[in-house]
Amino acid sequence: MFPTPIEKTPRAWQLTYQSLLPLALLMWLLPLLAVALFSVKPEADFVGGGYWSIPSYFAGFENYGRVFFDSDMPRYLMNSVLITIPTVIGCVVLSSMTGFALGIYKFKSNIWIFFMFVAGNFVPFQILMVPVRDLTLDLGLYNTKTGLVLFHIAFQTGFCTLFMRNFIRALPYPLIEAARVEGVSEWRIFWFVVLPLMKPAMAAMSVLIFTFIWNDYFWAVVLTQGAESQPVTAGITSFNAQYRAAYHLMSAGSIVAALPPVAMFFLMQKHFIAGLTLGAVK
Amino acid sequence: MSITAMPTTEIVPARSWYKRNEIAVTPWLFLAPGVLFFLFYVIFPIFQSFNLSLYAWDGLGEARYVGLANYQELSTDRAFETSLWNNLKWLVLYLLAIPAGLFIALFLNQTVTGIRLYKSLFFFPFVISQIVVGLVFTWFYDPTFGLLNVMLGWIGLGPINVLGDPTLVTYGIIAAGLWPQTAYCMILYLTGLNAVDPEQIEAGRLDGAKGWRMLWYIIIPQLKPATFIAFVVTIIGALRSFDLISIMTNGGPFGSSRVLSFYMFEKALSEYGFRMGYGAAIAVVLFLIMLVFIAYFLWSMFQEERAR
Repeated sequence: MFPTPIEKTPRAWQLTYQSLLPLALLMWLLPLLAVALFSVKPEADFVGGGYWSIPSYFAGFENYGRVFFDSDMPRYLMNSVLITIPTVIGCVVLSSMTGFALGIYKFKSNIWIFFMFVAGNFVPFQILMVPVRDLTLDLGLYNTKTGLVLFHIAFQTGFCTLFMRNFIRALPYPLIEAARVEGVSEWRIFWFVVLPLMKPAMAAMSVLIFTFIWNDYFWAVVLTQGAESQPVTAGITSFNAQYRAAYHLMSAGSIVAALPPVAMFFLMQKHFIAGLTLGAVK
Repeated sequence: MSITAMPTTEIVPARSWYKRNEIAVTPWLFLAPGVLFFLFYVIFPIFQSFNLSLYAWDGLGEARYVGLANYQELSTDRAFETSLWNNLKWLVLYLLAIPAGLFIALFLNQTVTGIRLYKSLFFFPFVISQIVVGLVFTWFYDPTFGLLNVMLGWIGLGPINVLGDPTLVTYGIIAAGLWPQTAYCMILYLTGLNAVDPEQIEAGRLDGAKGWRMLWYIIIPQLKPATFIAFVVTIIGALRSFDLISIMTNGGPFGSSRVLSFYMFEKALSEYGFRMGYGAAIAVVLFLIMLVFIAYFLWSMFQEERAR
């Protein structure tokens, strides 16, 4: 283990380390803690110029209450959910199929199709922007959640295929051969042999895609406008325009917008990190 | 009369075409939906953008072919030049996330009580949307009440308006971007450190390697896969920077914090006009820059595939 385990170091360094840890964390999260503090301060504190004073009273319920009952925030949140969940499902379905095809079968163009997905996943969004916007307009899906979902599924399939294919490659191949010898048909091999083994990969991927899509801003601005279909990342900007300089409400709103992926991360931490770091270890 | 068993010459039904070619056909059936979707939404649009960059088009009327005029205009466009330079700053400075992430990972790679929670909380910034990160840092930099200036005040330095200063603004936004990116690199290295071979470390210790030498000659070479991924995601992240600029400065002051991705959006799809063709030309330039890296990534992956 590197660096030297703390138990084997001098007592003085052990104590320093123990006190450095919380201090470092505090520094690291300082900008965020400031926002959390803002979100529970009453409006009067800001008017008086006391930005960093201790809240004169706890106004958390009041501030968050206004975010939930007095603004478009719940609608934006709902839109985000209705965009994110179908995207995750679509990506898992499509990429478990493409991943299976590229991971199990050997055929000439296999590696090229795989590279197409990988390369496509890396391109800058801007090169897709105008044509995708046109396509969405032509399909009559501009400013709808469906339009956004369809694009997200297609684009994320690139990353997901990379993910699934590498995962399936690592499965024991004799398992598939044995099933073939038994005369099991190919789609049954997919359904009964490979799919059950892919569950951890699907879980990891779902959490990642959830976070990516929830946090997407660019496509939300390009393909939608207005509260009826925009997700919360785009909503927060109009929320801020509405409450400009109302720092207590803006911070409460930001925290609400940021919360779902954070909750997802803490609930599914193991899968999340397994997904993010796939390939970081040989 | 006894029933004699008929010789069971089972007539083999002509197996269907699908059955005979099952192994060759199945992968294509499984690929079809994903590949078609991807072609229509990702691959074809790339070529369409290339084509569009040769036209002048406002998004509504008839597109007019103008040849390379858009690119000629780019070569004299000062705003484009600024964006290009800023992209370069992003590329270089964003890479700081890699050593910074390694540093934090080494700091946290211990087994004391509560370390798991510490690791998660250090990772926290990556999970939050860049929009919120942008807002958080906008307030952090605020000249009237921002924490940065409060802290600078303690050591007697005057208030600086990071986001209002054309020379500082890009660095300020990059610093905000480094926050989540460092967290990402940290988690990659923490996983990598977990898999470092303890025997090699012991052997190194016996040979008298300590501290920096141990890190450089024994640990870092073993972290190569993690470093590669950190490099890939950081480069992509640097060239994709859009959200932070959009929320923190909207390209300002005086367009000094624009990057190509933002400038393209501004030209093609904002109140500054709908110049789709010109925007596409900017996107093509950005794409070509990215292509250098994509080619390198694919080449590395290809080497690895062959080595298997």
